Amino acid sequence: MSGEPLDIEGWTCPAPLRDSPTVLLGHGAGGRLTAELVEHLFVPALGGDATALADAAVVDVDGVRIAMTTDSFVVRPRWFPGGNIGALAVNGTVNDLAMVGAVPLYLTAGFIVEEGLETEELGRLSAALGAAAREAQVQVVAGDTKVVDRGHGDGVYITTTGVGLVPAGVDIGPTRAQPGDAVLVSGPIGVHGVAVLSVREGLEFGTEIRSDCQPVSSLVADLRTAGIDVHVLRDPTRGGVAAALNEIAGSSRVGVEVVERAIPVPDEVRAACGFLGLDPLVVANEGKLLAFVPEHQADEAVAVLQANPRGAGAARIGRVVAEHPGVVVARTGIGGTRVVDLPLGEQLPRIC
Amino acid sequence: MKYLDEYHDPDLAARLLDEIRDIVTQPWSLMEVCGGQTHTIIRNGIDQLLPDAVRMIHGPGCPVCVTPLEMIDRALAIAARPDVIFCSFGDMLRVPGSERDLFAVRSQGGDVRVVYSPLDAVQIARDNPDRQVVFFGIGFETTAPANAMTVHLARREGLRNFSMLVSHVLVPPAITALMESPTRQVQGFLAAGHVCAVMGMREYAPLVERYRVPIVVTGFEPLDVLDGIRRTLVQLEEGRAELDNAYPRAVSMDGNIPAQAMVRDVFTTVDRAWRGIGLIPDSGWALSERYADFDAERRFDVSTIRTQESAVCRGGEVLQGLITPLECPAFGSVCTPRGPLGAPMVSSEGACAAYYAFRRLDAPAGAGHGGGP
Repeated sequence: MSGEPLDIEGWTCPAPLRDSPTVLLGHGAGGRLTAELVEHLFVPALGGDATALADAAVVDVDGVRIAMTTDSFVVRPRWFPGGNIGALAVNGTVNDLAMVGAVPLYLTAGFIVEEGLETEELGRLSAALGAAAREAQVQVVAGDTKVVDRGHGDGVYITTTGVGLVPAGVDIGPTRAQPGDAVLVSGPIGVHGVAVLSVREGLEFGTEIRSDCQPVSSLVADLRTAGIDVHVLRDPTRGGVAAALNEIAGSSRVGVEVVERAIPVPDEVRAACGFLGLDPLVVANEGKLLAFVPEHQADEAVAVLQANPRGAGAARIGRVVAEHPGVVVARTGIGGTRVVDLPLGEQLPRIC
Repeated sequence: MKYLDEYHDPDLAARLLDEIRDIVTQPWSLMEVCGGQTHTIIRNGIDQLLPDAVRMIHGPGCPVCVTPLEMIDRALAIAARPDVIFCSFGDMLRVPGSERDLFAVRSQGGDVRVVYSPLDAVQIARDNPDRQVVFFGIGFETTAPANAMTVHLARREGLRNFSMLVSHVLVPPAITALMESPTRQVQGFLAAGHVCAVMGMREYAPLVERYRVPIVVTGFEPLDVLDGIRRTLVQLEEGRAELDNAYPRAVSMDGNIPAQAMVRDVFTTVDRAWRGIGLIPDSGWALSERYADFDAERRFDVSTIRTQESAVCRGGEVLQGLITPLECPAFGSVCTPRGPLGAPMVSSEGACAAYYAFRRLDAPAGAGHGGGP
C-alpha cells in the first residue's frame, strides 16, 4: 500500500471530548467514548494511570493486598429472563473483584429508589440481591437508601462496592498479556445483552434467551487451585468480548488473534444478532470471563473451567501475538481476517 | 442453523474461491452496490481472500452514508424542537451533520428514539397526541414499502401529529451515473438482492443492454456474495454481459407487486443529492402531492436549511474507484470515523473507514487491496 505512514497514536483519540459539550448515552456504553471520558476527564481529576485500568484496584494495606471496586446498575427493565437488577448488582461487582484474582469477601449496597416504586418489588429485588450474595459467598455489610422524586429515577438504581483479598503469589492484570498466551472464554457469549434487548425492545425470537448473570469467582478459584499461571482476566460486560480484548491488547501492547469459529455463540444469539445487524462480539455478558494463560497450560485451563458448571462451555478462542500491538484481529468463519474494533458507543441496529 | 450455517460453510467458500481463481485470467473491477454486501465482505474478510486481480469497489449503497448532509441538518433541526418526538433507524443516530448528530441532539434535550419499524413511530404518534412525531424515512427501495405503508396508514387514520422526513434513494439511477462517468472503472455489478426482492429485476435489463455490463442480483451471506462475484467474473471472462439472478430464493423477475403499488401510491420520483457524490437526476423518492400533508420538510419549514458538502472530501471519487482513500487529502487528518466528511468514512463498511481500520494493522496482510483499490 502506498502513502505516507500515518500517526496511529493521533487516531485513537481524535479531539477527545471537545466535540461533545454534553454527556452522551454512548459515554456509558463501555466503548471508546467511555474510555475517553475516563482518560481525559476522570483520571486527570482523580489521579491514576489511564493506560492500565483494571476491573478492580489492588491496594496494599500493611502488606495485605486488598482488591476494591465499585459499580452502579441501571439496567432497564429491572427484571429480565435469567436475572434482575439485584442479582446483577452482586455478580457485576463480585466478578470485577475476581478479575484481578481476588477472593471477593464483602459488599456494600446503595439503593437510589424512585418515589412510587412498589415496596413489594423493592423487597423482591433485595431478596434477589441477598440470594445472589449468598451464592457468590460474599457478605453485604453496609448499605444506604435514598429516595428521589418521581420522574428523577428509573424505579431503582443500585450501586455496590466490593472488597476482596488477593492471595499471595497471584499477579493478574491487564498489562500482563504476552505473545504466546492462549485466550480462553468460559462459555457461550452474548446471551445477557440479547436477553435484555429482547425484553426491552419487545422483540420476540421464538425461543427465550436467558441472561448468563452469575458469579465467576469460583472459576478463578479453580484456576488458581489448579496452578494455572493466569496472566489476565476480564469479564466481557458492556462492549462485549470485542471491547475487553481491545482494552487488554492496548494495555499490554500486544496483538490478539481470535478464531471466530472457535468462539461459542448460541444459535439464538446468532439469529438475534443477524436480525438486528449486531456483532455478537460486542454484546454484553454478565457471567463469563476471558482468561489469558500460557500456551503450555491452555488445554489444562480449559479442562479446569469446563469441570465447573459455571464454565461448562469454556473454549479456547485465540492467542496473543507480537504483531499489530493494540489491535484485535479475527479469523473469520470462511477463512478471511478482519479487524475487531473497539465499539465507539452504543450498539446500533443497522438499517442494511 | 437454517439459513445461517449453510451460507457460511467454509468448505463451500473455499470451493467457490478456487473456482474464482480458476476463472480469472486478467484484472477486473466489480462493484457491490449494497452496503449490506459491503458489510459481509469486510466482516468475513472476503476482500482478502479474492485473487489480487479481482478488485471490489465498495458502492454507494449504504443509505445512511449517502443521505445528504443537508438532509441530516434538517433532521437535526426538527429533532431539536421541544414539540417533536423524532424517530429513526438506529444507525442514523451517529451520522454527523454539520455540527452534531442525533445522539448530541438527544443529549441536549431532544426526544430522539430508535425504532425497529416505521410502524412503531405511528404507534408513538397515537400514544402522544399532543406531540409531533416525525420518522426519518431513509433507505433504498428495500425500506420504501414499509415507509410508504406507514404514511398510508397515518393518512387513513387521519393522524395529524405524524409526518415523515423522506430521503429515499434508488439503485438504478446510481448505476447509470456510475456508468455515465467518463472515468468509469466498474466492469460488473453485484445488484442488491433485497432491493430486487421488492422491485424485481426488470429495470436492470436496460442497463445491461445500454452499458454492456454484467449485473448479477446477489444475496448477503458470505456464500451468496462469493457466488455473485463468481457469476459476474464468468460473464466477464466469456465476454458476456447479462442480467443474472444469484439470489433466486428471494428475488423474482417481477418482484413484490403489492409493495411496488404501495410505493407508487405514496412516493414520487425526484432528483436527489448523495452525500459525497452529488446530485443524481431522478435518483430518489419523496412524498407525492397526495401525501404532502405528511411531509416533515413542509410541516416544519426546514427547506431553508442549506448545507454545502465538504470541498476537501474526495469521497465521490473513492466510491467510483478512481482514487484510494489514501490519496484524499482529508483522509486520517480532518476526516476520521469520529468526524467523517464523506459517505465512505461515515459507515464502518465504507471504503475509507475500512482503510482506516486496516491501516491500524502493522502487517500488510489485507491492506494491499480490498478495502478499496
